[in-house]
Parts: sequence; C-alpha cells; structure tokens
Amino acid sequence: MRLDWTRKITLAASLLLASGVPASIAEAAAAQTLLNVSYDPTRELYQSENAAFIKHWQKKTGQTAVINQSHGGSGKQARAVIDGLEADVVTLALAYDIDAIADSKLLAENWQKKLAQNSTPYTSTIVFVVRKGNPKKIKNWDDLVTPGISVITPNPKTSGGARWNYLAAWGYKQKQTKSPEKAKAFIKALYKNVPVLDTGARGSTITFAQRGLGDVLIAWENEAHLILKEFGSDKFEIVSPSVSILAEPPVAIVDKNVDKHGTRKLAEAYLNFLYTPQAQDIIAQNYYRPRNPAALKKYAANFPKIKLFNLSEVFTDWRTAQKTHFKDGGVFDQIYTP
Amino acid sequence: MLKPETSTTTTAVKRRVSDPLWVRIVLISLTFLFFVFFIFLPLGMVFAQAFQKGWAFYLECITEPYAIKALQLTLTTVAIVVPLNALFGLSAAWAITKFNFRGKATLKTLLDLPFAVSPVIAGLIFVLLVGSRTPFGGWLGEHGIKIIFSTPGIIIATLFVTFPFIARELIPLMEAQSRDEEEAALTLGAKGWQIFSKITLPNIRWGLLYGMILCSARSIGEFGAVSVVSGHIRGQTNTVPLHVEILYSEYNFTASFAVASILVFLALLTVVGKVSLEKHFQKHSLEN
Amino acid sequence: MSIVKNKKRNILPGFGLSMGYTVFYLSAIVIVPLSMVFFNTVPMGWEPFMQAVTAPRVLAAYRLSFSTAFFASLFDAVAGLLTAWVIVRYRFPGKAILDALVDLPFALPTAVAGICFATLYSPAGWLGEISAKWNLQIINTPTGIVLALIFIGFPFVVRTLQPVLEELEVEIEESAHSLGATRWQTFRRIILPHLFPALLTGVTLAFARSIGEYGSVIFIAGNLPMKTEIAPLMIMSKLDQFDYAGASAVALVLLLISFSMLLALNAIQEWQQKAYR
Repeated sequence: MRLDWTRKITLAASLLLASGVPASIAEAAAAQTLLNVSYDPTRELYQSENAAFIKHWQKKTGQTAVINQSHGGSGKQARAVIDGLEADVVTLALAYDIDAIADSKLLAENWQKKLAQNSTPYTSTIVFVVRKGNPKKIKNWDDLVTPGISVITPNPKTSGGARWNYLAAWGYKQKQTKSPEKAKAFIKALYKNVPVLDTGARGSTITFAQRGLGDVLIAWENEAHLILKEFGSDKFEIVSPSVSILAEPPVAIVDKNVDKHGTRKLAEAYLNFLYTPQAQDIIAQNYYRPRNPAALKKYAANFPKIKLFNLSEVFTDWRTAQKTHFKDGGVFDQIYTP
Repeated sequence: MLKPETSTTTTAVKRRVSDPLWVRIVLISLTFLFFVFFIFLPLGMVFAQAFQKGWAFYLECITEPYAIKALQLTLTTVAIVVPLNALFGLSAAWAITKFNFRGKATLKTLLDLPFAVSPVIAGLIFVLLVGSRTPFGGWLGEHGIKIIFSTPGIIIATLFVTFPFIARELIPLMEAQSRDEEEAALTLGAKGWQIFSKITLPNIRWGLLYGMILCSARSIGEFGAVSVVSGHIRGQTNTVPLHVEILYSEYNFTASFAVASILVFLALLTVVGKVSLEKHFQKHSLEN
Repeated sequence: MSIVKNKKRNILPGFGLSMGYTVFYLSAIVIVPLSMVFFNTVPMGWEPFMQAVTAPRVLAAYRLSFSTAFFASLFDAVAGLLTAWVIVRYRFPGKAILDALVDLPFALPTAVAGICFATLYSPAGWLGEISAKWNLQIINTPTGIVLALIFIGFPFVVRTLQPVLEELEVEIEESAHSLGATRWQTFRRIILPHLFPALLTGVTLAFARSIGEYGSVIFIAGNLPMKTEIAPLMIMSKLDQFDYAGASAVALVLLLISFSMLLALNAIQEWQQKAYR
C-alpha cells in the first residue's frame, strides 16, 4: 500500500502535538499577581525588590503575592501597555513614556504627583565607563569630542537611557557656555565620534564590554557599576564627569488595569514599599541613588559627588525635550543631515 | 492499482550520469567553504559559548523551569502553526496549479507577501488590529478575550510569518509535474479525494515534507514578530528565542547560548526526522 | 496545445473548496491584518505622509535596505544553487550534516544570528581579528549587513531548488548525454532552464525577506543615521516615539515596493514557464 507514509506523517504530527501541549502555562491561581512593566537595566534591582516585598507582604497580610516582570526598551514597554499589555504598575526610564500611557487614559494625567518625590523612589545619573587605566585620558564631557575618540552610546530614538545621555551632554555644555548653539555644535561633534548606535542601553554595553568597540561608554551610573561587576573591574573603570543630569526614572500605578484586576491595594503597597528603608537599601546596593538620606550615607562611597542638574533647568520638561530634540526632524535628526 | 514509479527510477538512473571527479571535488569544496563561513562558524560560536562553563552548567541552564516553559510554549506554537499552514498550503497549491483562473498571478504574489513583510511590521499589524486602542481590540478586552501579549497573539504572528512556506514549496513542484496521472484516474472513475490522497499527495510528499520542516524551523526561531506581540513575561509569554534574548540582556551569555543551542538541536531533529522518513519511502518503493 | 491543456485542467474536482479555503485563510491571516497598515496611514493625510516617507533619513534607509538585500540575494543565488546541486547529486562524507544545517538560519532566532555575526566579526572576534589585519572593517558597515542577510536568505534558495532538483527527470539528461552533449552543455541548456523558475523564486524570497530583516541586522549594522540605518529600524524608531501613523507610512511604502516587486517577478516567472513549455 502506498498510503503508509501519510499515516506516518499524521503520527509524527500528533506526537509533536502531544509533546507540545504543556501541562499548564499559567501561574498558580491562588495568589494575587502583579505585573510590573519596566525598562532594561532594572532587571537585577526588581529581582531583589520583589523577593523582599513578597516576604514583607506575607508578614503583613498573610497573603502570597506573585510579581511578574517584563523588561525591554522603555518606549517599547510603554507602547505595549498602551496596546493592551495589562501592567499593574509601570516603572520606566523617563516620565515621557508614562505621560504617553496617561495620554491613552490608562492612568491619571497627574500621575507624577501621586507618590513622593515626583513618583521617583530612586534617581541615577549618567557617567562614563572606560577601559582599565583610562588609556585615552577621558576625564570630562569635553574629552568625548576629541577627534579619534570612539564613543559608544545607544540610539536616542529607540532608547530611554540614550536620551538621558544626550541631555546630560547638552546640559553640561549649555550650562557651561549659556549658549544652545554651542551645545548643539558640541552634541554634533560628540555624535561624530559614535561609530554605532545600538537600539538599547544593554546593546551598547555589550558592544563596548563584550565586543571591545569604542574607548568610552556613556551609561547609567547603575549600569556602569554592573559592568564592572559582570565583566570584571580589572578591565574597566568608571569616570564621573564634573556635571551630569539627575535622571529620574518614575513609577506609577496603571489605574485602569489595577481596577480591572482588583489589585490596587497590592500595587499601592508595592510602590510604597520602594520608599521604605529596607527597599532603599536594596536600591543603593544595586547602585541606584536612593532617596533615603540614611541609605545614601551608608553607601556614599559608591556615589561620587557630581554636580547634578535637573532636567527642568535646561529643557523645561520631558514633553518639550522630546519635541525639540528627539522628534523626527528634531535636533538629533538635524545633526546628522548635512 | 495506480502507483507512481518516480522515486525508484530516479534514484536508479541518477547514479549513471555523473560529473567528472574534479568537478565534484571543486563544487563540494566550495560548498564546504561557504558553510564554514556562514554556518559552521556561527554554529561553533553558539556551542563554544554554551559550553563555556562546562556540561553541568549547561544542563542546569536548559533544565531551568523558565527555559522549559519557554520550550513548551514554542512547541505548542509549532504544533498549532504547522498543521494549519500545511492544510492551507495543500489547498492553495491545488487551486493554483490544477486550475486556470483570473488573478492567479496576484494570488500567488499575495501568498509570498508575508516573506516580504518585515517581522517588525508583522508584529505591528496585529497590534494595530487587536491592540486595546482599536475598537475590535477594545471589544475583545471587555469580553475578557486576550489575544495580544498572550499565547494566541504569539501563535497568530507565527502563523503569519510562516504562512507561505508550505504553499511556496508545493506550487513549483506541482507545476513541474504533469497532471496526466490525476486525469487518468479521473477518467477511470476515481473520486476527488481519492485522486488527491493516492496520486497527488504521494507525488508531492518531498515538497510537503520540506515545507513542513521549513515551517517548523521558522516557527521555532521566529523572533521579530513574536517579540512585538509578546508581553515578555517570564514563564508566560516567553518563547525560546525571546528567552534567549532575555538571558543575553541580563549578561547571562552562557545560559543564553545554552538555550539557543536547544533551538539548533530542534532544527537538527526535524531534519533527522526527514532523513528517516526518506529511508522508509525508499524501502517501500523498492518493495512495491 | 495550450487550449487542450486548459480544458483538461478544468475537469479536475475541488476547485471551489480549495479556492474558497485559500482565499478565506489568506484574508484572515494576511490581507485583513496587513490592511491595518493602510488604514492607519490614511488619517495622516497626503502632505504629512509624503513628508514622513521622503525624509532624507528614510530615503537613505530604503536605499541601504534594498542595495544590501540585492547583493546578499545575488550571493545566495550562487551559494544556494551550488549547495542544492551538491546535496542532491553527489554522495560524499558529511553530506547529511550539510543538508541538515541548511535550515539553521531559519531555526536560529535572528537575534542570535545577529549576535553571532557581530561577535565573530568584532575586533576581538575570530574573524574580526583577521579582517582587521587587512584593514577591512566589517562590523557596523553595509558589508556586515550583507553578511547577515546572506545567512538569513540562504535556506530560501536551497530549499526551493532542492525538491525540483530531486524530481528532475534524469532521462532528459541521459538522452542529452547520449546525443553527445557535454556535461556543461547539458547543465546550461537543460538543467538550468528547468531550475530557473525555482531559482528565481528562491532568490526573490531571499531578497524580499532581506529587505525586512530586523533582528539579525541591528546587531551588526551600526545604525548610524544616513549611513547604516535600515528601513525596518526607521519603523521601529517611529514606533518608539508613539508615532503609529508615521511608522505605518514607512511600512506601507516598504510593503508596496516589495509587493510590486514580487508581482513583477511572478509575472516574469509565468512568462518564462510558458516559454519553457
């Protein structure tokens, strides 16, 4: 009979099907679940924070909480939430991305007023990572525009961290010269030294640390420390510029989703927990600058004194910064068009 | 009994006409050279990195619960996508190659379209179609039906991306074959289904098989489109390729490549399946 | 001749069923979702649309995507034909391994492929060291993009050719041989024309796939505006600014170009096939 092989295919297909059907992909249903949608570098931070919070919550209420994490580029994550990823809380790289979620009516316009300190339980700043011994003698922002220096930073169009990098450089020059034109020329010279614009902060780190490209990496302070930890402090060192930007990655509850899931209480407790001394300590351990003075003092060695300026001092607010600099046809596009 | 003889005759004759030895050596060497640069080296990279920290660590990485869940999700996706696309491929190939109708060229082009669509767009269109900003997506959300950022979304995006594989494999094959056998069977009074299963199907089995292999390989490995419609939640909407990316982003390079090597093994497995099926066919056709 | 054939074709059953199902499935999975690109572009209006799709950066990205895809698929045509031929026609040690590994570019997630190539050709990588000696920069240049795309498109060519080559009737070759044709003549005059439709299909598919490729390319491209930014990245960066309409506009243009290209190639193929019969 010639039909044999059809039977075999059917058999193979059904075997494949049988092996493929999983017992259960869903988590245990009994516990209350939160989804925290966050940006790239916070993976390690929230891993520790979540474990601490679950313990804290268990002790306080006797309930088990499950916290799911989703990480990715900040803008991408905001878009996912807008398009239906049912995040209970968002913890993103910049306020503009949460503003975008607010624009789609998932949370209140005044979200940033709801939690202490601009809804930012921790801050960070932008520093440099150079190869051990600092062979190119990079000390400050001005050294980055020296011809022949190769600078690694991600694409501001696709990466939140890259926008902080850009604004830090611009702010430094504008504060120094009081001239936006000079700042623009400086930025242009700086990006002339950039041989590759990865789409995310982690991509740039890998380009610099793993693939050995570039003389200096502009990065989040917390990422810089993580690089030393993961790739070896015998290979890299951190250089803090004299002036940098105070980066405020905010957190917020997504009202519409917590109401749908009935998780508002848990979500509120979770975000408030981030401000507690215990959580602030974890924050500092992960090289983010804690808001809590005690924690800051305890880990002061990790956070060298850099003159930090606020975004609003130079760029008014995020929406304005976005519109002037990163929108299509904005300053960032202009520096690349001849 | 109608039985196609092709496979016996081809294999027998094939060996008689052959190229001179030096031609064979040159061509085979060139092929190997190409493979070294484009296949072996990347593959070597994957394994070199995967086993960097030894066997024990490798096993630990691939048996970690999140890796297993990712594998289950990927296999579920394949198990749903391949049969659906195979059914479609057969139907499309039959309609296109056995009949003449207006707009055939357009239809064929439309079949290819998913290839020409960037994975980025492939993900985007489903966000635009059933994302919660859209009326349809909003309605689905109100009724508690989750498509995007959950398993159905991943399956649909994979269906789209692998959509043309089987049809595309079958059409040139069926075009190259004559319809004489089918027509003869028809005049002898065979029913449509009989003709299809006893004549057409055996004739196109290679194409169908290749198509299914390609389709499963591609569904296993699809990254771009799935990345857009997945919520990137570990243990829930994380396929193996996405899990590889997550591990890589956590600077967990060894684990990342270890999990990537599972995909290589899966790809090899499909081909091993193909080879063993081939052997069976050959035996059967010899017996006949 | 052709009239007789047409008549014969139509006597086979199952047209309604197969055609109906084909059209239904095609609409559900492909046409309706893809039309969203169009519907999201329309509210933009003509002026902003033209502005979005003719911005210098976008044009440069289109140019880069098309030219790198072109060179990559050209290379794939040769490498694919070679591989398919060797695998189907010759017996040699390691053949099964080659055959098995052809699909690797499909199964390996594009991101992993991109990472592999970027690492291989980076200054510290296995091949980057060699190319650095020759002062040849590969990573973060269009050359790097072409390399990644060759990898991505390769299986399309091999796997489209393979079944046709497998079923190729050797009797024709035999008779050509016995009529005194050399091997090369037989190949050029008989085998190649027979393979041509499949080869064209494979190459077109590789090309079309390469234009849209994202995952593997972003790791090796460098992504510098005006220089090494590919078209899909333009879509991505517009999306990341929550500019859905702009992203759809760029996507629409990309889609229309690819579609008309596929249409043209299918027409050529049709014509070629008729000529061959």
